[in-house]
Amino acid sequence: MANMKVEEKRKQKMRISGAFMLIEALKAEKVEVIFGYPGGAVLPIYDKLYDSGIFHVLTRHEQGAIHAAEGYARISGKPGVVIATSGPGATNIVTGLTDAMMDSLPLVVFTGQVASGVIGSDAFQEADVVGITMPITKHSYQVRHVQELPKIIKEAFHIATTGRPGPVLIDIPKDMTTQEGEFDYEQPVRLPGYQPTVYPNHLQIRKLVEAVSQAKRPVILAGAGVLHANASQELQQYAEQQKIPVIHTLLGLGGFPADHPLFLGMAGMHGTYTANMALYECDLLINIGARFDDRVTGNLNCFAPKATVAHIDIDPAEIGKNVPTKIPIVSDAKEALKELILQEGRPADTDEWLAQLAEWKKGFPLVYKNEPGTMKPQKLIEMIYELTDGEAIVTTDVGQHQMWTAQYYKFKQPNRWVTSGGLGTMGFGLPAAIGAQLADRQATVVSIVGDGGFQMTLQELSVIQELKLPIKVVIVNNQSLGMVRQWQQLFYEKRYSHSLIPNQPDFVKLAEAYNIKGLRAKTEAEAVRVLQQAFSLHEPVLLDIHVAADENVYPMVAPGKGLHEMVGVKLCEESLQ
Amino acid sequence: MTVHNRPGVLNRITGLFTKRHYNIESITVGHTETEGISRMTFVVNVEDERTAEQITKQLNKQIDVLKVHDITDQAIVARELALIKVAVNPAARQEIYTLIEPFRAAIVDVGKESLVIQVTGEPEKVEALIDLLKSYGIKEVARTGTTAFTRGSQKAAASYKTAFII
Ligand SMILES: Cc1ncc(C[n+]2csc(CCOP(=O)(O)OP(=O)(O)O)c2C)c(N)n1
Ligand SMILES: [Mg+2]
Repeated sequence: MANMKVEEKRKQKMRISGAFMLIEALKAEKVEVIFGYPGGAVLPIYDKLYDSGIFHVLTRHEQGAIHAAEGYARISGKPGVVIATSGPGATNIVTGLTDAMMDSLPLVVFTGQVASGVIGSDAFQEADVVGITMPITKHSYQVRHVQELPKIIKEAFHIATTGRPGPVLIDIPKDMTTQEGEFDYEQPVRLPGYQPTVYPNHLQIRKLVEAVSQAKRPVILAGAGVLHANASQELQQYAEQQKIPVIHTLLGLGGFPADHPLFLGMAGMHGTYTANMALYECDLLINIGARFDDRVTGNLNCFAPKATVAHIDIDPAEIGKNVPTKIPIVSDAKEALKELILQEGRPADTDEWLAQLAEWKKGFPLVYKNEPGTMKPQKLIEMIYELTDGEAIVTTDVGQHQMWTAQYYKFKQPNRWVTSGGLGTMGFGLPAAIGAQLADRQATVVSIVGDGGFQMTLQELSVIQELKLPIKVVIVNNQSLGMVRQWQQLFYEKRYSHSLIPNQPDFVKLAEAYNIKGLRAKTEAEAVRVLQQAFSLHEPVLLDIHVAADENVYPMVAPGKGLHEMVGVKLCEESLQ
Repeated sequence: MTVHNRPGVLNRITGLFTKRHYNIESITVGHTETEGISRMTFVVNVEDERTAEQITKQLNKQIDVLKVHDITDQAIVARELALIKVAVNPAARQEIYTLIEPFRAAIVDVGKESLVIQVTGEPEKVEALIDLLKSYGIKEVARTGTTAFTRGSQKAAASYKTAFII
């Protein structure tokens, strides 16, 4: 036993190459999977990876690698790890880094760099990656001495996963991977400039408890912070204890069960009538882990005009950034909720308020016109919901299909929903599904994508086929960049400038070219049949489902309008458009 | 504010100002008494308190930033150094000597047709001297930007329109 310890110590102090250090560090961090793409500057790393036993997924584009890592992080709660080579490899991950930064996803990203000696000389495949990525990473490093590498990697994992999660980049000049140094991964992380506040301030908690007991029309707006903090249970317990209704942001969906009587739906531009009106009418707004994004608030001048605002967020900079906040609580969502549950307090007298909300929910549900014969995209999502018992992991691209999925797939559990919110990145859905499936091998994974966005990252079908991931890719084919087309219809006099894409590849043949089963449906009846077939197969299937091309997403808060000014709440209203 | 003196740290900070659309009036950077730690002083024009608070919070989020203080509403010692090159003929020299005297400025270089004046003080004082010298014909001005400390005693709080962040 003692011998083993000595052995262990000796191993830690061994002189090994930087590339080897990287592998050892990843093992120490218990990394299960790396998403990456090789190239000149990372050859020494890939050489060490070769027989390391670490599972590496070769995506077919670096953007695919980083979105897959995001999907993995979103579902597993663990950091996604990416390797890209210098220059073009690194610049190809810029979109993904920005996406992860916006949506607070923990990533540790390694980029190769030209050798230290030639940095600054415009060497082959040199790019100032640290410079390029500074504003789109939580932190970044360039390795200057091989000896620092273990410390840097350890810090990177710590920073990526604590506080408000985010992407951390490590740029490694090639010579840093071949030089040798001592590998010591035992040193504790010491970052005096980085001390996230995890526990809430007691005084502020008291203030909130007091405000709740006074409130007549309180509402909780819950964002992805609840999911990052693993606080769904506490959220439900608190909401039930205090009888406060709950609204989700797009990214927060699943944090609170959609079929719960206290749930009002999603807020914002395409939120439900009840959620948006509740935000307008509430007298106490408790924001838990959401950042008051403009797509959620609409025009700030008429956002929650009657409310006292309380905001629980692990990132102090989010509090008061967009909305003046009376009760700021810098804290991890779980810790704050635990404290609030403990305090109990006098529950708000919300009976009247809940009755009003129930009336709205009944009177103004999400609606669409079901026309027999045509496949309505909303109906498509409902069918997928039913076929998967509402328990699938669902990933999407960005556009109309994303909003319909958010509206009609009623997530009952946390961490089943993977979408690009803050950045709105088309092409996100397919690679994210790969990462999601690798994070949860047992889950049914459905990637609901647009005919536009799918064509941005479709090369990753290779990976799905190669790894035999039984992902169901559903193309919501409206032969258009639907969301753009919708805005042009509503705000640009139906001048459909470059938003119609009837010229499409044969998606079924495309699937077959990748050795994946492809199925097509042009009517609702066909859709029912192919969906049933697809979900009965334990293999990847690509479904090309043609839907009504002129369907719009409603309700809608037009840009510049307040949440209470949404249109398309009732069917008759929509037909006026 | 104090920061870890790491490669790119200034870049990170100025990049943050650019990203968030804040205009920097001046920056000074230099070593502190502790090795590896630098002090930066920013003067920033802001519209309201909320913006100043937001800048402070965003700066604090940077991993390499150790401490940020918004000292706008505090009693501070603020100093700036300026070198002012003025075009003067020999006849006007005496006049300039007399003029700069109350500013405790010094002539640090004398040429045939110009003088270089060095002045240290609060930015307002530097501004005032530059204004006075304008009529002689200023050729060049180099200013360091403001660096500042809070005073040991906080009784008399000065009020500045600009935000000082150190
Ligand atoms: C990378 C990228 N480019 C452009 C956009 C702007 N954009 C937002 S939605 C959209 C249309 C997406 O079309 P499609 O993927 O077919 O989805 P649909 O809206 O039709 O469901 C576009 C172009 C974007 N979000 N991301
Ligand atoms: Mg489309």
